[in-house]
Amino acid sequence: MKKLTCLLFAATMLTGMVSAQVLINGAGATFPYPVYSKWFNQYHQKFPNVQINYQSQGSGAGIRQVTEGTVDFGATDGPMNEDQLKQFQDKRGSAILHFPTVMGADVIAYNLPGISRELNFTPEAIAGIFLGKITKWNDPELSKANPGAKLPGSDIIVVHRSDGSGTTYVFVDYLSKVSKEWESKVGRGTSVNWPVGLGGKGNEGVAGQIQQTPNSIGYIELIYAIQNKMAHGNVRNAAGKFVQPNTASVTAAAAGALKDMPEDFRVSITNAAGKDSYPISSFTWLLIPAKIQDQSKKKALVDFLHWMLDNDAQAMAEALDYARLPKAVVAKEIKAISKIQ
Amino acid sequence: MTARLVYRKATNAVMLTLTGVSALLAVSVLFFILGYLLWHGGTSLNWDFFTKLPVPVGETGGGMANAIVGSAKLLLLATLIGVPIGFLGGVYVAEFGGSTFSFVVRYTTDLLNGVPSIVIGIFAYTVIIVRQHHFSTFAGGIALGVMMIPIAVRSTEEFLRAVPDSLREAAVALGASKSRAILTVVIPAAIHGIVTGIMLDLARVAGETAPLIFTAFGNQFWSPGWNQPTSSLPVMIYTYAISPYEDWHRQAWSAGFVLLTLVLAVNVFCRLVLARKGPTGR
Amino acid sequence: MSAPTITEDRARSEERARSFLGRLRSGDEVAYLITFLAAASILFVTGWIVFELFRNSALSRHEFGWSFLTTQVWDPVAGRFGALPFIYGTLITSALALLQAIPLGVGAAIFLSELAPARVSDALTFLIELLAAVPSVIYGLLGVFVLIPFLKTVEPAIRRVLGFLPFFQGPFYGVSVLAAGFVLAIMIIPFIISISREVLLAVPGDQREAAMALGATKWEATWDIVVPFARKGIIGSIFLALARSLGETMAVTMVIGNDPKIHASLFAPGYSIASVIANEFTEATGDLYVNALIELGLVLFALTFLINGMARLLILSTTRKGSSQ
Repeated sequence: MKKLTCLLFAATMLTGMVSAQVLINGAGATFPYPVYSKWFNQYHQKFPNVQINYQSQGSGAGIRQVTEGTVDFGATDGPMNEDQLKQFQDKRGSAILHFPTVMGADVIAYNLPGISRELNFTPEAIAGIFLGKITKWNDPELSKANPGAKLPGSDIIVVHRSDGSGTTYVFVDYLSKVSKEWESKVGRGTSVNWPVGLGGKGNEGVAGQIQQTPNSIGYIELIYAIQNKMAHGNVRNAAGKFVQPNTASVTAAAAGALKDMPEDFRVSITNAAGKDSYPISSFTWLLIPAKIQDQSKKKALVDFLHWMLDNDAQAMAEALDYARLPKAVVAKEIKAISKIQ
Repeated sequence: MTARLVYRKATNAVMLTLTGVSALLAVSVLFFILGYLLWHGGTSLNWDFFTKLPVPVGETGGGMANAIVGSAKLLLLATLIGVPIGFLGGVYVAEFGGSTFSFVVRYTTDLLNGVPSIVIGIFAYTVIIVRQHHFSTFAGGIALGVMMIPIAVRSTEEFLRAVPDSLREAAVALGASKSRAILTVVIPAAIHGIVTGIMLDLARVAGETAPLIFTAFGNQFWSPGWNQPTSSLPVMIYTYAISPYEDWHRQAWSAGFVLLTLVLAVNVFCRLVLARKGPTGR
Repeated sequence: MSAPTITEDRARSEERARSFLGRLRSGDEVAYLITFLAAASILFVTGWIVFELFRNSALSRHEFGWSFLTTQVWDPVAGRFGALPFIYGTLITSALALLQAIPLGVGAAIFLSELAPARVSDALTFLIELLAAVPSVIYGLLGVFVLIPFLKTVEPAIRRVLGFLPFFQGPFYGVSVLAAGFVLAIMIIPFIISISREVLLAVPGDQREAAMALGATKWEATWDIVVPFARKGIIGSIFLALARSLGETMAVTMVIGNDPKIHASLFAPGYSIASVIANEFTEATGDLYVNALIELGLVLFALTFLINGMARLLILSTTRKGSSQ
């Protein structure tokens, strides 16, 4: 028995005897986890001495962990606000930089037996449904945008997220922009006080709930809708056109918002200008401290950022149904990398 | 036969059948779960699963080798912390304690048992991780160890109490000191039940996810030593199950099956060791 | 006799020292000390947890005071938090779970200890204990993919029979307090079965024999003699089960519907304390929000404290003297 325990102990310690590795830990958003895990894996294959370990715990967790200094970088679907930036400055003694990595979109998914076509949704319709004002599928707001579709008179069953999430943040940010009533009654946040609806845990919880409940409607990430082959609708954008959510229209949204993009990339691109823009799109960001003590970690992170903005990496993201960053944003980011000391 | 006798016999038959039905229900749930896991995850169970590191979505040939090792390390540490404290605490309450102190300890143990696993995780996070500025296997082991304490205490106490006083008195009458009597007579008499409790304890803790998210964090790579974040089966199951990818879902089911099998193996191992050593018990 | 001499004094103190050393060598003092430290450390750790809960919920406690316990609103954006819906959800799901798990669990334990042949009993118990190892997440997934569709098919039948009660009215979407109660029941049953069975087995055989000798049927012997003898252990296992159901996080959050409102119907969705902490903690930004979540943890602790107290009082008042150890 003693021998066994000795052997066990030795084995666990031996797994520690590796050569000059750079170990970097990061935490944050769940939405980009698939593409980040792909990227970090590919990067490790290219540079075997660099291990970037990313765990998806949620945008809020990412912000909190990087502020506490328990991880080397964070990731978030919603940019940090002024209070959080100040907190980081106070606790870690430097600024924190945002780097958009890929883009995603919230789609309006629904389960309407008998309707197979893509429905069109106006901003008023979406806000009305999630506020609980529009309760039936054949409401005029819906039928006038979908002439020719035989919408049933059944009740609309709303599904939303029960857990806090960046996906929710993007959605309610959009609603706050297009509906004054939503902005005053419910507002923005990763968790909100939903007027109506059932809560599903995570994107897959909402997707599952919609799939199992006829006449239901909810918001999920584009990837989930595609992977689960769920019906999702077109949304009318700020230019008045009903746009289908796909990687191209999401990238267009970022290009459309470029004019007003701040230097630190902390911007919401929901309801962006541009006739091809999908209105419920967003960036997702990596949060990198402006000052990194460990030189080997700093070099690894800087190199990774360059690699990530390159065409190959962005193409990998697109293959996974994420929208790539528009060229103008990439150019801007490459310049911003030099801010990392 | 009087009416009363008929009634009593009927009650006997009915109630005993009901107990059989209850047992059947409980067992069939288990078989269903095991079957479901195997059915859905079986195809992902191959040699790669046990030897390779996880790969990104869309690629084949990945595994959860680091998660298996990680879980083993975490549970080892948890057992080293939780079982001694729980066991010894239970011994105190059952054998030495005054009635008030025993009551307090028992009550507190039940309270500790009721703390949600996520709160224990948050606690370990604020107390260890924030101070050290990094995640670690060590902190994860401690969080799980703390979760193991209550059941270990209660099992030990219950089964020590179940040992009749006549055994204790006999030992003392033969000249043994109190502690010797406990060590050589009372504990062996109760060991079967105590080990049952500890196995149950280990099983429960093996499947805990929430505390690990805040302490051991997670790791796509191998985790050296005890001071780095580590992957673990429950966290992998959680991460994969909530993803949109079919392949990852299957791996999550496989991981669940593997976890159960590992716990079963430890259980069997302990029973075998016990059967060879212990003459008492049953 | 004259005053004690020096030699007598020394002899007496030597004797005292020897007997202390004697006790030490034979291990009593050491054993006492070690086990006492272990027991004390449990109190210490629990106290520390409560302290941390208290400290990290300070903002929220000062902001809301006692109204935290009576408010029904949970609005992170507006910064208004109240615990009432979660307290309700936690209590009702645990009550449902216990209502199912106790009869089934004790019944199964009786079967396994009294009726089943030893080998079968061992094997089956072994397997049932495995249920405790199923990760919470998997229970959640099984709840979503298996239990909820099943409930959806039986719901019309339940409504027909029991629909006159307010507990079985209103729309049913699958995710509900009822589903959560079911999942919890399955999760806590292994504890009740396993430990109750062991305690029942530990009842001396002569008790059963005496009952039989007096002409009791097997059931009467079991229910009236053996079970009361094992009462304490069975109740202990129920406490363990209760504790687990109060604190269960992942599985509940996947099937309860996560709606912070109080509904009378079991068909309606609900929300438990552990679920909301699990759902929102990682994303919670803003100190008041985090503090409110931690205060919920403190509330759960207080709830557990109260429920344990009430249960113990109940048992104390119904215990017949001399029925068990």
